[in-house]
Amino acid sequence: MSTAAGPNRGNGTGTPHAELASVVREHAGRLAAALMAVTGDFSTAEDLVQDAVVTALRRWPTEGIPDRPDAWLFTVARNRGLDVLRREANYRAKLAQLQWPAEPEPDERLRLIFTCCHPALSRPAQIALTLRVVCGLTTAQIARAFVTPETTVARRITRAKRKIADAGIPYRIPDPDELNARLGEVLAVIYLLLNEGYLSTAEKAQSRDLVDDAHWLATLLHQLMPTEPEVIGLLALIKLHRARTDARFDHDGELVLLQHQDRSRWDRDVIAEATQLLTQAARQRRPGPYQLQAAIVACHAEAKDWADTDWEQIVVLYDMLLHLAPSPITRVHRAIALRYTAGPQAALDELDTLGDALDGYHLFHATRADLLRALGQPYQARSADERALELTANPAEQALLQQRISWG
Amino acid sequence: MKYVLLFVEPEQYAKDLEAMDQADRDRAFMLAGQWFVENADKVKGGSKLRPPDTATTVRLDGADPVILDGPFVEGKEVVSGYAEVEADNLDDVLAMVKTWPGCPVVEIRPLES
Repeated sequence: MSTAAGPNRGNGTGTPHAELASVVREHAGRLAAALMAVTGDFSTAEDLVQDAVVTALRRWPTEGIPDRPDAWLFTVARNRGLDVLRREANYRAKLAQLQWPAEPEPDERLRLIFTCCHPALSRPAQIALTLRVVCGLTTAQIARAFVTPETTVARRITRAKRKIADAGIPYRIPDPDELNARLGEVLAVIYLLLNEGYLSTAEKAQSRDLVDDAHWLATLLHQLMPTEPEVIGLLALIKLHRARTDARFDHDGELVLLQHQDRSRWDRDVIAEATQLLTQAARQRRPGPYQLQAAIVACHAEAKDWADTDWEQIVVLYDMLLHLAPSPITRVHRAIALRYTAGPQAALDELDTLGDALDGYHLFHATRADLLRALGQPYQARSADERALELTANPAEQALLQQRISWG
Repeated sequence: MKYVLLFVEPEQYAKDLEAMDQADRDRAFMLAGQWFVENADKVKGGSKLRPPDTATTVRLDGADPVILDGPFVEGKEVVSGYAEVEADNLDDVLAMVKTWPGCPVVEIRPLES
């Protein structure tokens, strides 16, 4: 767990926030699914869980986490529910009968996930709902992680819940013929959480917890849909990123590029787990973008050092990835690998065909700078670095580029 | 649940349709007609609309009603028809709309009642 830096997610004092977060995460989605089954109303079930979570985060840090946190959350939610639903005798009776532990069918939580990630909701709404409903984050925690005003997040959630009810978004697992597309939505949400957390810097340390959420969600999805190769691919990708977390920042919180990372600090066990998962996924012969991205990262993770990396294999994997999911940004990454198989001039030529699409992308200019330097053109390299610096808002990347400019 | 489908035609689509020869145009209308037949269990009503230049708009936000020639928003995309449908949920409507063979944009709006 990445608990070293940053403000507490739970505003707790006594209990480490990661522990609070993981206890809540483990139980909130289950509770939501159980309440959903009783009330049949997404918004009501969701409100009751949120209410219980907020109460828990207020009380647990001082009172300690109860022995049976699930039963505790359930009791708070049920009592509140009996109160709120006073006028709706039908729900009330059902809720009063509900006993804990009410272990929901595995399918119940899948329904919850698919509803939160319905394509008729905007991506930000899908993300906020998934974090709140499935992972049990509070609105305030989501707002902090995305550096967004709390009122904006609250509005987004209210609107999404209203749309679920008013537009008749069903609470169910999609039919087989739409499952692939719908699973794609869920994976995209988890992938965005990974990116948001992974790319965060010391200044945005609270966002790093999103990697925990992404990891937890991918693990849950893998349990619920064990044979989906892209779910395995995304889980492997997350594990591979986490295995290298400690080596990505130096003691001053500055970003260390892959090339210069101390590979002895990578977690070899986690890397082995991830590559095993990838082998398992590959047996199904249904490659996809997440499996391929994970395979590329695995090539790096398994290499002794930068020079030992299997660049030929990486270029092939990028070609496959571009075939499935064409993207100019992926082509930049391919060009970086191409430098080590075909030389810096070939990589630069490839990169320069992308200039129109990527003039506003800092990594494009930073990569050009690197290649120009390798080709003995320090002045052009320097101006490319300066352009990259103008374009990134990420302080860790800024520091790195600044260093290159002043040394170059 | 009840929904209204609003069929939206971009300007270019209307032009393309006009540029077709009669046989192709008949074929396009036939495909649309077939779609309505296939989904007859859900479609409860609706119609194609006459073109926007036949529209009349009345503005009631001033002191007196003002009658204007034309649609209330001038746009490159115009509503060219509507259908009322009844279905269990949004997914059923989405599945049906995905196979619509006509104009390239369809808005789905739930009815209040």
